Amino acid sequence: MDTIFALASAQGKAGVAVIRLSGPQAYMAAERLAGDGLPPRGMRMRSLRDVHGGRLDEGLVLTFQAPASFTGEDVVEFQIHGSTASVNAVLQSLSEMGGLRMAEPGEFTRRALENSKMDLAQVEGLADLIDAETEAQRKQAQAVLAGELGQLAERWRRDLIRAASLLEAVIDFADEEVPTDVTPEVRALVSGVMGDLEREVAGVRIAERIRTGFEVAIVGPPNAGKSTLLNVLAGREAAITSEYAGTTRDVIEVRMDLAGLPVTLLDTAGLRDTSDHVEGLGIALARKRADSADLRVFLTHDLTELGIPFQNDDIHVLPKADLRGESKNGVSGRTGQGIDRLISQISGVLSQRTTSAGIATRERHRMAMKKALEALGEGMRVLDSGPDLYDIAAEELRTAIRALESLVGRIDVENLLDEIFASFCLGK
Amino acid sequence: MKHSEFDVAVIGAGHAGTEAAHAAARMGVKTALITLSQGDIGVMSCNPAIGGLGKGHLVREIDAMDGVMGRVADRAGIQFRLLNRRKGPAVQGPRAQADRALYRAAMLAETKNRENLTVITGEVTDFRMNGDRVCGVILGDGSEIPAKTVILTSGTFLRGIIHIGDVSRPGGRMGDRPSIKLAERLDSFDLPMARLKTGTPPRLDGRTIDWSVLERQDGDEQPVLFSFMSNAVTAPQIACGITHTNARTHEIIEKNLSRSAMYGGHIEGVGPRYCPSIEDKIVRFAEKDSHQVFLEPEGVNDHTIYPNGISTSLPEEVQVDYVRSIKGLEKVDILQPGYAIEYDYVDPRVLTPRLSLPEAPGLYLAGQINGTTGYEEAAAQGLVAGLNAALEVRGEEPLHFTRANSYIGVMIDDLTTRGVAEPYRMFTSRAEFRLSLRADNADQRLTPIALELGCVSEDRTSAFLTKMDQMDAVKSKLTAKTYTPKEIRAVGIDVNQDGNRRDGMAILAFPRVGFEDLLPLVDDLADTAPEIRKQIERDALYANYIARQERDVEAMKRDEAHEIPRDFDYAALDGLSNELKQKLSQARPGNIAQAGRVEGVTPAALTLILAHLRRDLKARKA
Repeated sequence: MDTIFALASAQGKAGVAVIRLSGPQAYMAAERLAGDGLPPRGMRMRSLRDVHGGRLDEGLVLTFQAPASFTGEDVVEFQIHGSTASVNAVLQSLSEMGGLRMAEPGEFTRRALENSKMDLAQVEGLADLIDAETEAQRKQAQAVLAGELGQLAERWRRDLIRAASLLEAVIDFADEEVPTDVTPEVRALVSGVMGDLEREVAGVRIAERIRTGFEVAIVGPPNAGKSTLLNVLAGREAAITSEYAGTTRDVIEVRMDLAGLPVTLLDTAGLRDTSDHVEGLGIALARKRADSADLRVFLTHDLTELGIPFQNDDIHVLPKADLRGESKNGVSGRTGQGIDRLISQISGVLSQRTTSAGIATRERHRMAMKKALEALGEGMRVLDSGPDLYDIAAEELRTAIRALESLVGRIDVENLLDEIFASFCLGK
Repeated sequence: MKHSEFDVAVIGAGHAGTEAAHAAARMGVKTALITLSQGDIGVMSCNPAIGGLGKGHLVREIDAMDGVMGRVADRAGIQFRLLNRRKGPAVQGPRAQADRALYRAAMLAETKNRENLTVITGEVTDFRMNGDRVCGVILGDGSEIPAKTVILTSGTFLRGIIHIGDVSRPGGRMGDRPSIKLAERLDSFDLPMARLKTGTPPRLDGRTIDWSVLERQDGDEQPVLFSFMSNAVTAPQIACGITHTNARTHEIIEKNLSRSAMYGGHIEGVGPRYCPSIEDKIVRFAEKDSHQVFLEPEGVNDHTIYPNGISTSLPEEVQVDYVRSIKGLEKVDILQPGYAIEYDYVDPRVLTPRLSLPEAPGLYLAGQINGTTGYEEAAAQGLVAGLNAALEVRGEEPLHFTRANSYIGVMIDDLTTRGVAEPYRMFTSRAEFRLSLRADNADQRLTPIALELGCVSEDRTSAFLTKMDQMDAVKSKLTAKTYTPKEIRAVGIDVNQDGNRRDGMAILAFPRVGFEDLLPLVDDLADTAPEIRKQIERDALYANYIARQERDVEAMKRDEAHEIPRDFDYAALDGLSNELKQKLSQARPGNIAQAGRVEGVTPAALTLILAHLRRDLKARKA
């Protein structure tokens, strides 16, 4: 049975974060971070250190020996400072220990279930819980996979399917008209994926993502006062404002701290049909950025006129409240009317989002990529021996693909067969 | 007239039917094998070959359960080749050309000599019913055969239609009548059915082929047989010829495409992508100007040649034209034109893993009727159905083959949880535990199960136990002591000076180390028999990978232990998407592991299902 771990508390800036471990190696892993001598059941104040002795954080270590625990297994909980950096550091140290892995959504619950640790009423409530967990994870995965990483993952999928299908074709159709040695093409495909993975594991993009925080796009028709609103929110003249419609052509980004959350505000070009080529480009970009933003603030009277879908948590406000008098959700950049309410609306939605598995998802992806990278590296080494060892090479590739499932989606034998039958004329 | 009662009645004596009947009979229950004529027993209606990659694995597994296909194929084999001989043992598949007449004769002999097995000739037109339950069959002459269980292996006979060009007529295979009445009875069970198609090439007269201009393909010098009980080849060995289609062939086919049953719109069934017709090859791979054709003799005393690679549904005169455009075949006579056949199959997702039909208790389905293709796939299902029907009669727990223990298990699981989109054929890539599911260790994996069931002959029992004793003895010698890298190097084996002590099995896991290399290091190995040496090497080779897979196997077994009742109501699960609800309702997975293999199912969804299983269980207890 694997030992699993995950951030068990809400995420984002908070006083305390709880990281839970469950499984046969929970105590051993906890003692590697917190030092020996943890009681079978109890609470200790400890410094947490990584394997090299570097200090991660200081916190409470709670131990619950099996079977008297949430899951019925040995469980350890770390209560540490609720900063992104501390949480990340502890999760990463845990993931680097052999035999431990990040819990799947709902996995603690599942173990509790399997060990008959839940009563009927708790089981009734599970559907909602799992639904929420899955939805949060789906959203997070989507966010991580939006943009460049998503395109990379798409390419990995294509290349890995191709590479695996070449090996499998040589193995499974040995007595047909297929090449006997596909090593060069497989090598090229695998080393391409490995190069990408190495860069990702090094954390370039992920670090950037943490730095950038949430993207909030302000969208609306031209001259609705989007730039004025942005400037007020940002507290400085970040966007050029003028009374002429269509002033903003690029997407303007302003980094700010909104109620303790890192937020990048995007001011986008006013959305309208235009014959101006440059403005047209700006509008196309605005739509794209608005789509991929974490949240959209619609500054418009008519939600349907913009051609951008209004999504679940999106915020709708009416423009230029100063000219139109009092209204329930009007804002005015010029007078500041409704601004406080808007800020609390935005931060409300975003803090809600931070409770989903943000870092966990990123860390999960990083671990997946690392595991895949190891398997691919081993596969490349075996490929050097040529077709005689394709059985082993295919096994390593399969391991890598399984590890990357969370990024590239499930690839099963049907995908490989599709590729094989599309590439080779088989059937003797 | 009423026959005496049987425990198991098997309908159809093809590869599924014979294997099913033999399996049931070996289990000691009274078995009837019902066939239109004795001449149908063991007929190879498609190409005269057994085994191959994945398929050879299946034959070995059938043999490990003491089934008949392997031994019969060994007796009928006229050319043996081990595919992927140079690659690792996990992906080596034994294959043989078989002499049709010898195969039939050997199968008939096995069948006649089998205790508890009675062959009855007649056409089954209906089932005997007792309420929902199937309790025997009714023959065309009105006579009844009562049976506690019935195994239907009707192949392509369900609403079979044969197409040659634009001519089509009902038929199961050339010369046989289709089973229409039986199809109507099956309709009354309201099963999900769909259509598949398959094709065959024209059969050629070998005496009119110019062999002198053709390449030859010989068998292996050291034939690898199918059965763990066979020692040597008994039939005379032959070579196959190889020729190629050319631009002229392609031109003729292209010009006549609209006259092909397939391209002329006469066929609705889905054909297998790995066995396309020559029309298909030319259309889909237009850039290829030549395709390989294997000329396979159908027997040593038979001048019929099976040209493998040019199956077709073109009109007969076009077949003559294009075949004669091929090198060596300029003057060839066609003995029987190629044809395409369309037939009904039952969506196998309605079946249980023992291949019984919950809608009609007592009834089992095996073979092509479940959407598969190939003799080996059919025989393997026959084995599963035969053993389980006998277990049902004996009132014992069903036998589950699993993905972790066999290709048979992989196939049964694929069929019953994922269904088929084209005729299902085995490939080694379908087995996620491929490195441990090898043709060479099929006996180690399955014979112990067969011994427990009691379906193994005395000969095989003692041969197997002796082999295992020898293997265990050698393995314990190899693991008795560990050696330092220095000691290992001293006998000429290249190993890292990493300070790790290794035992003999661990040293054998190095890619280029053989059993002989260990003789100077480990005591008392020299008298080990050659075949035991080989098998120990194969077991050691993948040891590291197999250890790695063991955790996956464990997790899978845990999930398999959570059984899902067949009437489980997915629609009532809040928190599952409608799409998943629908997919799961269709697949009706038998346990959590199978549910996890249904496309799109997430770990969270599994937890949800598990939670409801627990709740239902508690509710029932309360």
